[in-house]
Amino acid sequence: MKLPIYLDNHSTTRCDPRVLEIMLPYFTEKFGNAASRNHSFGWEVEEAVEAARKQVAHLIQADAKEIIFTSGATESDNLALQGVVEMYREKGDHVITSSTEHRAVIDTAKYLEKKGIKVTFLPVDKTGMVSPDDVRNAITDKTILISVMMANNEIGTINPVAAIGKVAKEKGILFHCDATQGVGKIPVNVQEMGIDLMSFTAHKIYGPKGVGALYVRRKAPRVRLEPMLYGGGHERGMRSGTLPVPLIVGFGKACELCEQEMATESVRMAKMRDRLQEGIMKGMDEVYLNGHPTERLPNNLNMSFAYVEGEALLMGVKEIALSSGSACTSATLEPSYVLRALGVGSDLAHSSIRFGLGRFTTDEEVEYTIDRMIKAVTHLREMSPLYEMAKEGVDLKSVSWAAH
Amino acid sequence: MAYSDKVIDHYNNPRNVGSFQKDADDVGTGIVGAPECGDVMKLQIKVENDTIVDAKFKTFGCGSAIASSSLATEWLKGKSLEEAHKIKNTDIVQELNLPPVKIHCSVLAEDAIKAALGDYQKKAGEKKRKPAEAATSS
Repeated sequence: MKLPIYLDNHSTTRCDPRVLEIMLPYFTEKFGNAASRNHSFGWEVEEAVEAARKQVAHLIQADAKEIIFTSGATESDNLALQGVVEMYREKGDHVITSSTEHRAVIDTAKYLEKKGIKVTFLPVDKTGMVSPDDVRNAITDKTILISVMMANNEIGTINPVAAIGKVAKEKGILFHCDATQGVGKIPVNVQEMGIDLMSFTAHKIYGPKGVGALYVRRKAPRVRLEPMLYGGGHERGMRSGTLPVPLIVGFGKACELCEQEMATESVRMAKMRDRLQEGIMKGMDEVYLNGHPTERLPNNLNMSFAYVEGEALLMGVKEIALSSGSACTSATLEPSYVLRALGVGSDLAHSSIRFGLGRFTTDEEVEYTIDRMIKAVTHLREMSPLYEMAKEGVDLKSVSWAAH
Repeated sequence: MAYSDKVIDHYNNPRNVGSFQKDADDVGTGIVGAPECGDVMKLQIKVENDTIVDAKFKTFGCGSAIASSSLATEWLKGKSLEEAHKIKNTDIVQELNLPPVKIHCSVLAEDAIKAALGDYQKKAGEKKRKPAEAATSS
């Protein structure tokens, strides 16, 4: 087994060698501009782009014409929210989203608020789920867009997207879904889910960084967008800019591989994830699962290790790449807003660790991680005043702490 | 973010982890911070003739918070109460090469030192007063 171990696959994934291989010729001999209509250099790469567009569309049960290539999910989220609001502004000025969205959606929504749009940030339940009834109740005659994520990037909770899509259809409101963490990991069908716009990206599914997509529905309804980038009128005029052909070709291949391997891979992933959870929980007390017990991404595990601070824990297992909901380095000292939205106390939010398994994770790495986590938590608890107090029977909630 | 070698050393081999009897007359205890802020430090000193003969800590917090309190116990041992009062958070920042985002860890360590000293001096003051009170009442 090679160290360090990578268990941060919600952050990004390693490009699959099969993806890289197919990309390489498009950096060298096949270097043309896909918009060059008058020579073979352009034709051959245009063909490659259209083949990739089909592969991407197929993974989500869309038509190839409905795929707009972007630089990544952040751009897709921005384009969906800003583009829809600008285009449909005359119809209304209200947007509904949720409090656990990725910052690309939340910060765009806050920007829109500054421009005079009213935004409802729906709460989530203690498993991190948005309720379709809450969506329905938030709708007004001024609502022009609903934006709810498919699966959360921290806790992996999968939202009832199809039910939310149904509410949106009933009320005739456009539905955008940030599916960055869901696509390629779980089956996605934009028809059945009633999705009108959907953001996703290549680098979360073993493709290259720098390319993503926005699905934009063409029929029932035909969604229109005000572009953010003007220029050559590429991508149906919604996103100008020369297409990054090697990245798009890689994105296509990555989608194809996900589609072929999802059934077996998601089972293997969930098995390893369950083993990780069970091994850790058997090895020590006061470990809590964050998120939904069953409705979550097969590769996600988010846990709080009581009485131990997350960043210190990461330092104790530094040969394993993980992420924490602790915010010891942030200026505000605020821990994860996602965990806070679930109602997880600040103390346990500071103690949280996210494990993100991936295609290249092995059983051996999982066993190693279990062992290291138990050792590191034990080491830190031995020097934790909170653990000592809890063991003495002091109710930590009853102590009047001097917040600083 | 990369930690300095000294922070890593204190994290891997923390000095003086442990606890003294909190209610002992020769012990001063300082507990500062809050769990919801992500750091709590407990620092204790044992005093003989106005000299700190031993110090112990327990810390819930990031690596820099652990290192700051571990270093503080090292520095406190052998110091007089007066000398201990002079330890500044900036000394800790310098010794551990803490980056700006971690300065609050050193501030917390200074607060813990002050709180432990204060607790000991309060206890010592009460002890002195008691015999005095006994004298006046007789």
